Amino acid sequence: MPKGHGLEGDDAHKKVASLIERLAPGDIQGLKPGQVRYTMITNAEGGVLDDLMIARPAEPGAAGDLYIVVNAGCKHQDWALIEEATKGEANLVRADDRCLLALQGPSAHVVAAAVIDPALAEMSFMSVKRYDAFGRLTVTRSGYTGEDGYEILVRAEHATDLANALLAHAEVKPIGLGARDSLRLEAGLCLYGHDLDATTSPIEADLAWTIQKRRREAKDFPGAARISDELANGAKRKRVGIRPNDRAPAREGVEIQVAGRRVGVVTSGGFSPVLNAPISIGYVDTEFAELGAGIDLIIRGQARPATIVPLPFVPHKYHRPQKA
Amino acid sequence: MTTRFTKDHEWVRLEGDVATVGISTYAAEQLGDVVYAELPAVGASFAQGADMAVVESAKTASDVYAPISGEVVDANAEIKGENWQIINDAPQDGGWFVKLKIANKAEFDALMDEAAYADYVKGL
Repeated sequence: MPKGHGLEGDDAHKKVASLIERLAPGDIQGLKPGQVRYTMITNAEGGVLDDLMIARPAEPGAAGDLYIVVNAGCKHQDWALIEEATKGEANLVRADDRCLLALQGPSAHVVAAAVIDPALAEMSFMSVKRYDAFGRLTVTRSGYTGEDGYEILVRAEHATDLANALLAHAEVKPIGLGARDSLRLEAGLCLYGHDLDATTSPIEADLAWTIQKRRREAKDFPGAARISDELANGAKRKRVGIRPNDRAPAREGVEIQVAGRRVGVVTSGGFSPVLNAPISIGYVDTEFAELGAGIDLIIRGQARPATIVPLPFVPHKYHRPQKA
Repeated sequence: MTTRFTKDHEWVRLEGDVATVGISTYAAEQLGDVVYAELPAVGASFAQGADMAVVESAKTASDVYAPISGEVVDANAEIKGENWQIINDAPQDGGWFVKLKIANKAEFDALMDEAAYADYVKGL
């Protein structure tokens, strides 16, 4: 949590956000109070070092605060990079005394309203708000399941109480990472280290939407040369959805061929319980990335036909209230 | 009829020189709902321990190894017909994978019996 000093309100936010923008191509300065944004840390070659969520709290006392949630597997690298980018200009605080719980699914708003605060039901997708419950909670309406839901930052000493209170609700069941992975795959979301890595650009990953106009024009982020070129001229390969034509799941590492020639690789794959069918995410050379195109998946040495399909596999169900 | 088990959770039941092979109840429970399985063709031969079949759940893909050496003389038509559910419903009965004509009965005799396998699973 970097915090700028000596400045107030929007100036404090812009100052801290500009430091993070040294690492990330997202428009962090443009975050409104109470808004959350998905972005990534890129390297000089335009590859993705991590994908992350950044939240700007709305509370008046929090001016200049940003909450940054990174992948646990990347936290040491990310910490070093953010520390370097903010050195002497912002304070960086590790949330080792906090836990992050995710409450996800169509009934999440009912449970959140009952267990935490009725106001949670009114939050929009990708917003952040603090609540005086279970110590003090910082809640975002977000998640990585493609479903409606919340991610809740809670002080460690209250985390067990909060988890138990949520679990006591009839609509709540605990799930593990396997179930989470099925959901994020159905939602067509990237898993870092699998669908994204230091050689993959955000454009190849079909994440151009995370790079807002001001940053595209300024070209002032790591890897801007490659990323700008790919934005203008297209990338050589592209992340796509894949539906095997038969029942055999194609998992990470399965080679993708067209007419016997290697044109790509599966980066995540498995079985969708919602569709009752195997699904995969992979990268293919752009000329083979057209929707509806046929490809072969080489599973245990055997070529199996499959089709390029749109992502997500299962429509997202985020809570976005209609604007009046 | 004796059923014997491997550390990789295959079971084998021997009648004459034909062994019926499948995955154990424990293995089926660990996998969860089976969403795909691939059996070898009749006539294929396997050495003990060789990759013989594949079984997949939403969670993971698992290799099934030949618990003893032999030649495939039959493969379960239910599984070939994509009735994966039978593997969860009756893993040690109707959910069998293949029948092998065995080459060496000593390989069978050296596997764990039911009690030894139960102890083995308890220690996992």
